[in-house]
Amino acid sequence: MNPQSSSSATSEITGGVIQSSPKVRIEKLSFFYGTHQVLKSVSMDIPALQVTALIGPSGCGKTTLLRCLNRMHDLYPGNRYEGSVHVQPDGMDILGPGMDPIQVRMRFGMVFQKPNPFPKSIYENVAYGLRLQGMNKRRDLDERVEKALREAAIWDEVKDRLHQMAHNLSGGQQQRLCIARAIATDPDVVLFDEPTSALDPIATSKIEELIVELKKRVTVLIVTHNLQQAGRISDMTAFMYLGELVEFGSTNQLFTNPSKPQTEDYISGRFG
Amino acid sequence: MSCDGGFIVLPEHFFQRQKKQAHQRRAIDRWFQRIGFLLTLMTLGILGILLLNLAGNGLMRIDWQFLTSFPSRRAGEAGVLSAWVGTLLLMMVTAGVAIPFGVAAGIYLEEYAPKNKWTDFVEINIANLAGVPSILYGLMALGLFVYQFRFGQSVLSGGLALACLVLPIVIVATRESLRTIPANIREAAFALGATRWQAVWHHLLPYSTGGIATGVILAMSRAIGESAPLITIGALTFIAFLPPAPVLSHPPFVSFEWLFSPFTALPIQMFNWVSRPGEDFQPNAAAAGLILMLITLSMNGAAILLRKRAQRNIKW
Amino acid sequence: MSPSRPFSHRLNQAVESFMVWVLRFGGWLSVLVSLGIVVTLVTESWPFFAQVPFHRLISDTMWTPLFADPQYGISALLAGTLVTTGVALLVAIPLGTVLAIYLSEFAPTRFREVVKPLLELLSAVPTVVYGYFALLTLTPLLQKIYPDLPQFSMLSAGLIMGIMIVPYVTSLGEDSMRSVPMLLREGAFALGDGKLGVALRVVFPGAFSGLAAAYVLAISRAVGETMIVAIAAGLQPRMTINPLESAATVTAFIVQVSLGDLPHGSIGYQSIFAAGAVLFLMTLGFNLAGHVLRRRFHRAA
Repeated sequence: MNPQSSSSATSEITGGVIQSSPKVRIEKLSFFYGTHQVLKSVSMDIPALQVTALIGPSGCGKTTLLRCLNRMHDLYPGNRYEGSVHVQPDGMDILGPGMDPIQVRMRFGMVFQKPNPFPKSIYENVAYGLRLQGMNKRRDLDERVEKALREAAIWDEVKDRLHQMAHNLSGGQQQRLCIARAIATDPDVVLFDEPTSALDPIATSKIEELIVELKKRVTVLIVTHNLQQAGRISDMTAFMYLGELVEFGSTNQLFTNPSKPQTEDYISGRFG
Repeated sequence: MSCDGGFIVLPEHFFQRQKKQAHQRRAIDRWFQRIGFLLTLMTLGILGILLLNLAGNGLMRIDWQFLTSFPSRRAGEAGVLSAWVGTLLLMMVTAGVAIPFGVAAGIYLEEYAPKNKWTDFVEINIANLAGVPSILYGLMALGLFVYQFRFGQSVLSGGLALACLVLPIVIVATRESLRTIPANIREAAFALGATRWQAVWHHLLPYSTGGIATGVILAMSRAIGESAPLITIGALTFIAFLPPAPVLSHPPFVSFEWLFSPFTALPIQMFNWVSRPGEDFQPNAAAAGLILMLITLSMNGAAILLRKRAQRNIKW
Repeated sequence: MSPSRPFSHRLNQAVESFMVWVLRFGGWLSVLVSLGIVVTLVTESWPFFAQVPFHRLISDTMWTPLFADPQYGISALLAGTLVTTGVALLVAIPLGTVLAIYLSEFAPTRFREVVKPLLELLSAVPTVVYGYFALLTLTPLLQKIYPDLPQFSMLSAGLIMGIMIVPYVTSLGEDSMRSVPMLLREGAFALGDGKLGVALRVVFPGAFSGLAAAYVLAISRAVGETMIVAIAAGLQPRMTINPLESAATVTAFIVQVSLGDLPHGSIGYQSIFAAGAVLFLMTLGFNLAGHVLRRRFHRAA
C-alpha cells in the first residue's frame, strides 16, 4: 500500500488541491558522463504545485538529475542523456532530438548552491531573465522586478537601493536575490540545488519559508543533503542511491515508515 | 489564460515566442562561432603572409656571397657578414649579463626577500620596466654607458643596453618557475639541514631549469630582434670591417678588444636597406628580414615546445 | 661524525652569506636599471628644458629644435604618436577583444591551446620586419585603393602596429575572461541565454578590470613603438591629425636624430633626451594604471 512511484499521483491529496497530472514526468532517465553512468534509469512523476525533495548521500546523482531537467549538462562536453522527460501541460520532451536547450531553460528556474548574482545592480539581476524574454519597457520591467523581489521576501530590504551592485548584499540576501531572479520570468518549475548549504541558520529559515510560499504558484524540486530541511518543507521526497531512485513517496510516509531498508538506513543516519 | 483547478494553462503563443527567441540566440551563437574562427585564422595567417612576402622578395638573395660579404653601395655585392657577426657578439654580452643577474634576481626575490613594501616596490618596478619602450633603454645606454662610463659606441654598450632590456623577462621567468615548485619540496630540503642557498642550488634550480630556459630563450629572441636601442647608441649601419676576434692564436689567447669596437647588427642592417629610396636594396632587406624571422620564430617555437614539455613532465 | 664537521659547517655558512649578497645585488639590479633610466633622462634633458621656455613647448606648432630658428612645439610629435596609436588601437582593441571572447567562450580547448602560443608569435616578430611590411607591401596595397596616399603614412604604420598589438589584448583579455567562475555563467545560461549573450552580459563585465589592464598595456606598447613608425610613417614632424599623411612620432624623432652625428651635449643630443623624458612619463602613466587594474582584477577574482 506504499506508493513507490507517483504515476497515480491522483491519489495524493496535498494541501487540499487535487492534481490532475504530474508536472514533470521522468521516464527511464539515464545519464552518462563519458563512459561512466551516473543515473540509472530513473523514473518518477513530479507533482505540480508541490515541493519535491531529492535526498541521498553524496554522489547519489541527485544534483545530476536536477541538472538534467534544464539541460545544464549540455554546457560541458562529453555528456549523454537517455530516456525522456516530459513537461506538462504541453508535453514538451526536454531531451527530445532537436529540442533546443535554450528553450527548455526558459521554462525552468534554477537556484544554485552558492549564490551567484551577476556583477550588475540588484535591479538588473532580476531584470536579466525578463529582458531575455523580450521585455524591455521600463514600466513593465519595474513592475515585474518589484513583484519578484516581493515574492522572494527581499523587497523591503532592497527597495531603496535597487541600482546598487548586487555583491554588496549579504550571503542570505544574495541567495534571495537569486531566487527573485529565477522566478521573475514565471517559470513552470523552479529547481533548487542545495540552496541553503552555504548560508547561516537564520538565512536558511527565511529561504525555507519562502519556498513553502512559492509552491502556491510554481512547482518546486529541491536537492538537499539536510534531512531535517526535507522533512520541514517538502510534500514528496525521493531517495536516491548510487544513481538509482530507491524510493519515492510522500514525505510523511517516507520519513516515518519507509518501505525500503536502504531508505530507512539513510534516514536514521546509519550512513550518509 | 484559463485556470483549471490550480493549474494555469499557458497559451500556445507564449511557447512560440520563447521558441523563436531560443532559435535566434542559437543562430547568433553559430554566427559568432564562424566569425571568430575566421578572424583567428586570418590573424594567424598574417604571420604566414609575412614569411611568404619576405621569402618571395628575399629568398633568392640569400647565398654564400650574401652571408659573407660586407655592406656595399652596390646592392648586388652587399652582404650581412658584419651584421650577423655583430649580432653574435652582442648576444654574447647580453646573455653574459642578463642571464646570471636575471636568474640571481629571480632567486632572490622569490626565495629570500621578505614580503614587505620594499619588495612590493621592486615588483612594481619590474612590471614597469617590462613596459618601458625599448628606445629608452637606448637613451639610458647612450648617456650612461657610452659617455658616462666611457665605453663608447661599442659592442659593450649595445650588449649592456639589450641586457637591461631583457632583464625583466629573465627575472619573471625565473620567479614563475620557482613558484610552481610546491612548498613541501622546500621543506624537505630544509628539514635535512640544508642552508637556503643549498636548497636553491641542489633542489630548486634543477627543477626550474625548464622554465628558466624558456624565459632565457624568449629574452634572447627579443634581444636579437631589437634595433631601436642600438640605433640610439650609435650602432653604425655601414661597417665594412669585423670587430677584433675574441680569441687569439697567441697568448693570452683571449682578447677583450672586440667589446670596445664599433659594430652593426642584423636588424640595423635591414633598417638601413629598407630606408633607402629605390628598389635596389629591397631584396637585400627582405633577405635580412627572412633570416631574422627564421631565427626569432625558431627560438620562440623552441621556447613554446620547451614550456609544453616542462609542463607535461613535471607532475607534482 | 668526522671532527672536521664544524669547519665544513662554517664553510657552508660562508658560502651562504656570499650567495645571499650576490643574489641581493641581483634583486636590486632592476631598481638600479630603473634609476639609471630616470637619472639619465633627467640629467641629459635638463639643459634642454632649462633653456627652452615652457610656453613655447605648447604654443609652437612645429618641432624643429635643431634648426637655426628653432621651433619647440612638441605637440607636433605628440600628434604623430597620438594618431598612429589611435589607428593601431582601432585595429587591436576590437579585433583583440573579439578573438579573446571567441577563444575563451566558444573555441574548443584543444584549438585554444594551439592558437594562443601562435598568436603570441605575432608579437615576437622583430619590429623592423613589420616596418618593412608596412612600407613595401601594405602601403602599395593601400595606394591601389586610395591613390593619393603618400609613400609614408600614419595609416599604414598604424595598421601594422595594430596587428602587432593584437596578441597583447587577446592574451591578457582571454586570461581574464577565463578566470570568471563558471558558476556565474551557469546562472545566465539557466535563464535561457546563449553563449554570446552570456559572454557579453556576464563574462565581459566580470572580467572588466583585467580587460582594461590589457587595453592600457596595449596603449603603452603602441605609444612606445619605434621602428614601425620610423620606417613607414615618416621622419618629418608634422602637426596633423590626418592619418593619410606622414608624420614623425616622439620615438621616430629620436631615431632620426640618432642616425646623424650626435656629439655629447649638443642641442640635438639634448633634444632626444627631452623627447625621451616625455615618452617615459607617458608610458609610466599607462604602465602604472595597467598594473593597478590588474591587481584590482586579481583581488576581485
